[in-house]
Amino acid sequence: MRRHLLGLLFALGFCYAEPAVDFSKQVAPILQRSCLSCHNLAVQSNGLRLDTKSGALAGGYTGKVIIPGNSERSRLIRLVSGQEKIVMPPAGPRLKPEEVAVLRSWIDAGADWPQGYALRVAQPTKPKHWAFIAPANVTPPVVGAATFVRNPIDQFIVARLKRDGISPSPETDRRTLIRRVSLDLTGLPPTPAEVESFINDDRPEAYSVLVDRLLASPHFGERWARPWLDLARYADSDGYETDQLRPHAWSWRQWVIDALNRNLPYDKFTIQQIAGDLLPGATLEQTLGTGFHRNTLSNREGGADLEEYRVEQIVDRTATVGSTWLGLTVGCARCHDHKYDPISQKEFYQLYAVFNSADEVNIPAPADGEWGEYLREWPGYLKKRAELVGRLEAELAPELAEWERRILEAEKKPGVDYRWDRQLELLGLIWEGNKGGGQLEGVYILKTPREQRTEAQQRRFFDYFLRQGSLVNPDKFKTLNVKEAVKQLDALDKTAPPLTMAPVVFENPLPKPNYIHVRGDFRSRGIEVTPGTPAILPRPEPEGGKVDRLVFARWLVSRDNPLTARVAVNRFWQELFGAGLVLTAEDFGTQGAAPTHPELLDWLAVQFMESGWDVKKTLKLIVTSATYRQSSKVRPDLLATDAQNQLLARQSRLRLPAEIIRDQGLAVSALLSPKIGGPSVHPPQPSAVAKEAFETPWVVSNGPDRYRRGIYTWLQRTAPFAQFLTFDAPDPTRTCARRERSNTPLQALTLLNDPVFVEMAQAFTERLFRERPDLSPDERIDYAYRTSLGRPATAAEVARLRQYFEAQRALFSKDDTAASKFFGWKIPNVTQEESSAWAGVASILLNLDEFLTRE
Amino acid sequence: MQRREFLQRTGAGLGMMALAELLQADSGTPNPLAPRRPHLPAKARSVIFLFMAGAPSQLDLFEHKPDLQRLHGESIPDSMRGLLVDEFKKNAHIMGTSRHFQQFGQSGHTFSDLLPHLATRADDLTFLRTLSTDITNHHPAQLIMNCGSPQFGRPSMGAWVTYGLGSESRDLPAFVVMTSTSGLGIEGGASNWSSGFLASHHRGVTLRSQGDPVLHVSNPPGLSRDMQRLRLDAVRDLNNGHRTATGDMEITSRIAAYELAFRMQSAVPELTDFSKESPATLESYGVQKEETRAFGTNCLLARRLVERGVRFIQLYHSSWDDHKDLNKNMTKNCGMIDQPMAALIGDLRQRGLLDSTLIVWGGEFGRTPMTEVRLAAMEKGREGRDHHALAFTMWLAGGGVRPGISVGKTDEIGFNAVEDKLHIHDLQATVLHCLGLDHEKLTYLHQGRRFRLTDVGGQVIRKILA
Repeated sequence: MRRHLLGLLFALGFCYAEPAVDFSKQVAPILQRSCLSCHNLAVQSNGLRLDTKSGALAGGYTGKVIIPGNSERSRLIRLVSGQEKIVMPPAGPRLKPEEVAVLRSWIDAGADWPQGYALRVAQPTKPKHWAFIAPANVTPPVVGAATFVRNPIDQFIVARLKRDGISPSPETDRRTLIRRVSLDLTGLPPTPAEVESFINDDRPEAYSVLVDRLLASPHFGERWARPWLDLARYADSDGYETDQLRPHAWSWRQWVIDALNRNLPYDKFTIQQIAGDLLPGATLEQTLGTGFHRNTLSNREGGADLEEYRVEQIVDRTATVGSTWLGLTVGCARCHDHKYDPISQKEFYQLYAVFNSADEVNIPAPADGEWGEYLREWPGYLKKRAELVGRLEAELAPELAEWERRILEAEKKPGVDYRWDRQLELLGLIWEGNKGGGQLEGVYILKTPREQRTEAQQRRFFDYFLRQGSLVNPDKFKTLNVKEAVKQLDALDKTAPPLTMAPVVFENPLPKPNYIHVRGDFRSRGIEVTPGTPAILPRPEPEGGKVDRLVFARWLVSRDNPLTARVAVNRFWQELFGAGLVLTAEDFGTQGAAPTHPELLDWLAVQFMESGWDVKKTLKLIVTSATYRQSSKVRPDLLATDAQNQLLARQSRLRLPAEIIRDQGLAVSALLSPKIGGPSVHPPQPSAVAKEAFETPWVVSNGPDRYRRGIYTWLQRTAPFAQFLTFDAPDPTRTCARRERSNTPLQALTLLNDPVFVEMAQAFTERLFRERPDLSPDERIDYAYRTSLGRPATAAEVARLRQYFEAQRALFSKDDTAASKFFGWKIPNVTQEESSAWAGVASILLNLDEFLTRE
Repeated sequence: MQRREFLQRTGAGLGMMALAELLQADSGTPNPLAPRRPHLPAKARSVIFLFMAGAPSQLDLFEHKPDLQRLHGESIPDSMRGLLVDEFKKNAHIMGTSRHFQQFGQSGHTFSDLLPHLATRADDLTFLRTLSTDITNHHPAQLIMNCGSPQFGRPSMGAWVTYGLGSESRDLPAFVVMTSTSGLGIEGGASNWSSGFLASHHRGVTLRSQGDPVLHVSNPPGLSRDMQRLRLDAVRDLNNGHRTATGDMEITSRIAAYELAFRMQSAVPELTDFSKESPATLESYGVQKEETRAFGTNCLLARRLVERGVRFIQLYHSSWDDHKDLNKNMTKNCGMIDQPMAALIGDLRQRGLLDSTLIVWGGEFGRTPMTEVRLAAMEKGREGRDHHALAFTMWLAGGGVRPGISVGKTDEIGFNAVEDKLHIHDLQATVLHCLGLDHEKLTYLHQGRRFRLTDVGGQVIRKILA
């Protein structure tokens, strides 16, 4: 069959002599009609131009397409005659056989192209997309509504409303305002005392003081870290099928919370995460920021190609940085030029090249108080270790050297002995698995000359060798009883003094080639590229210099970059109003939504930069505006014209994010642990959920760690915490700039029946009696409202809940075991049926739409 | 129990005001999943999609290729090499099958010895033998199969269908997903049943095999159904009051979601209670046998969901990703699914439901006629096949398709189509067509573009329509 097919191809390719071809009369019209719309000066699909001689002969990303004198080897011919997987042109009529023959003859005759003959294509001149032009220094419009306006934001909003003859909404009541701003800035509801103190504070600066207090709260960082973690696709496990643990991932999360709390300016926040390790004299603190890059997935599955998954990580980093800072879907240009935005495939791989030599490493990042103890205990551990494996180290030294040599050989020349191919693969994949070890860290140690390896590297490498290296000399491993030694070493390691590690990246000095991956496949090498930034955006400084990660990071936050500040302030806005001024927070490209208030967006972006990228100051500016402080009541007059509330003639009612629903319930029921920071915890959840994850038991935390804020909950990628998923927490495998806010029966079932929420209702009941044991039932209902919703209950609400309470108590009085099953605690001087019926009341409050909503 | 009945029975001290309001809420609550009329006359009312995640080998199940045996160990011709993207696949040798094939029924459909039960339903099946897809990685390919595009964030087929047709079940979600596994999970996870940019009530709801079938569907300890109703009534009345105060119609949706939750609390236990199924039925699905329990239970649940008007049911079985140990793994997976799926077809037919239920079976792509070239798979006896997107096989049965026929022909070794090349979008267009939906009209305006399940492609496979 093979011979037959080859014969056929040969027959097709066979040419006979043709008369000379006239370029302008025969060739140019074909190119003009069928090729030029995608291969011209402005649009260079796959890097190819066919409008000039030099362009046509230079070829595209995959190399030359015309080889003068040899049509058979010219890719152009193969593409237009259907001999490749792709046929050109991809749309419109295919070339006729006689047209292909013309092109063949022309190429065979030397592809003569008269000097200076350029083909023209009619290009409609499109104005530059708004987001690629630097934000304008806008003066806020002058508006008359002096009674409404509190700061320039309001001038922009009112000016836009006036165009449609709409007036803004009045300021919301003070109780709603303090609950709103508390939830928005700290993710926690105000206590009843805080509410009372605010509504009784009649100083003109009362609200400003409140905002300052909330911004200074350590809970601010917890609240505002969460959307950043969404963007960074943060999780505590590797992802993919084996989904191993990353017990140190939290170090970076902690860095984010701390950075927000100390109001690290956004430009520094950016630089430290992109390239903190490259700053001159980089501190530990600055280096920890680069943990941002370590949130990519890692594939530790056997049979995976090491380079394939490394490439996958770099691609993901490139795409994630693109959407997080630039609000551009640069990842779309991985396989081909971006279909809509001016980002070519070449530019994608130039960005990729910026990150290509950042490799993974874990470094010690001692937690508070850890370092001293570690220093004291560590020598003792080393001594015990030496007793255990010191002899093995000496005896196995030749085997270790041989093992290293064979693996290095297998890397250079794969396919000779699959067992050694496999050893290499394993070293790359399973290195410090379940310890969050860096992808390929073991391979880098292998490649580091032995005398240059640190003591820790040598030790870890030898540990690995003991466990995985027996192939080099199975008999000797058996004779020396290495298995037993490993067992004892495992036991000893459990006694080693703890030292928190942090995942970071470092710049690997070993050069890695950078080239275009044709159709996104790294095995298909296209032309070489150097690190760089998209041409549509201003050039990085210094002009013409090498673009490394640090140069790139500084470029992101340079005053000339039209995107970074806009994208950031838009996300602040989104958190505070439910939707960004650009609705598509993840896409500022041509397919994204146009800004509803372009001048306001620009003004905010400029303010943000001029404030020194001061995040807290910018948030304060927004939350102290009259626009933010409006009532969120739906306006029937606007339903027809602005149902989505894009013009902001009112605030929006927003269903709270998944974690805050939990946090608020814990706060109201006085269960919440106030502890800030530290490793992830495992609050209770149905065991069936965790069983979905591969080989990872969910061991429920004890004591206060059951009641920590949601941001500290362990995130296992293959089986994320069920309650969070139910309330639209994003899939932590991809960057997410904008969460959904859905409304489903599963949410109702969670709030009604999840033992965690039932426990909150019980604890809330206990709190009500503990704090105010002497209230009448109606007063208690009112107090419950004040505690959970920050407002008194209306008479109708008191009546309705009283009615429920009596009915429920009557049912419980008939069935005492039911009552004690529902509420197992004892409240002094309260009957079982009464306390259980109160727990029913408490759970109703935790289920109210108002409770789940930031009004 | 209906709301009115409940009120009459319990009379739990509700005032007349509340009662009136309650009844109004019951009839006046808009149901976003109310049944909608299809574009065209519909043949099928429900879909059961048996999704074989990881991609089973068509060449060891349905495609009998004597030349594959004859050419075992040879290289593939250059013409075929040219169609492959991955370098290492190009050098892979052709690999024969170790299965035995036989024709069954009047249709003469061929089955390997791995599927003896399914073979007895040969004449109910319609084969598509030349399907192709765009990508050979699991996750994106699963997204193309389910959502029409490898990009994240698009709605899945089940979401599109419930968006287009609503649901005939008031008590259960319109789109239900169940999973079973022989070890490894579904590569694409929950993104396969996403609602994408459609409203979240179109998302697939998973029925679990451990613990509560739907998370937290059971009341808390000590709370009877009547007590739960009391609680819900209070929540609803207070929410209604707040709706009046804020004017926000989203609160109506929340009330509706709570009411569906309450109905699910009785409908789900009733659904999963097999005590009224005959011993013969339970045995036919293999519900009591260890090997077939998981998939058999899911198949039986699928039938019960169809009976209860659920629109789109998807069963995932994973994983068929047999790069190595293909024979061993396929024997295991087929042992788990063969008997139950044959029983499902027979049971639906016997109950007169097959004509209105479309069953779809297949994975995200197929597997190569060549051997896998990586590591362990090169050991004798541990061979496997790699991912293959150019031609693979799926089958359909039931509502809207002509049974006992095949569409498409592949070359001698099953590498590529030589007749009737089909794309996943064609399959999707056909499934929608059977449900009465025109795939070009079922669109949703999102970010300035009208999106559809079949993206910019898809043609109904008319040859197989009944």
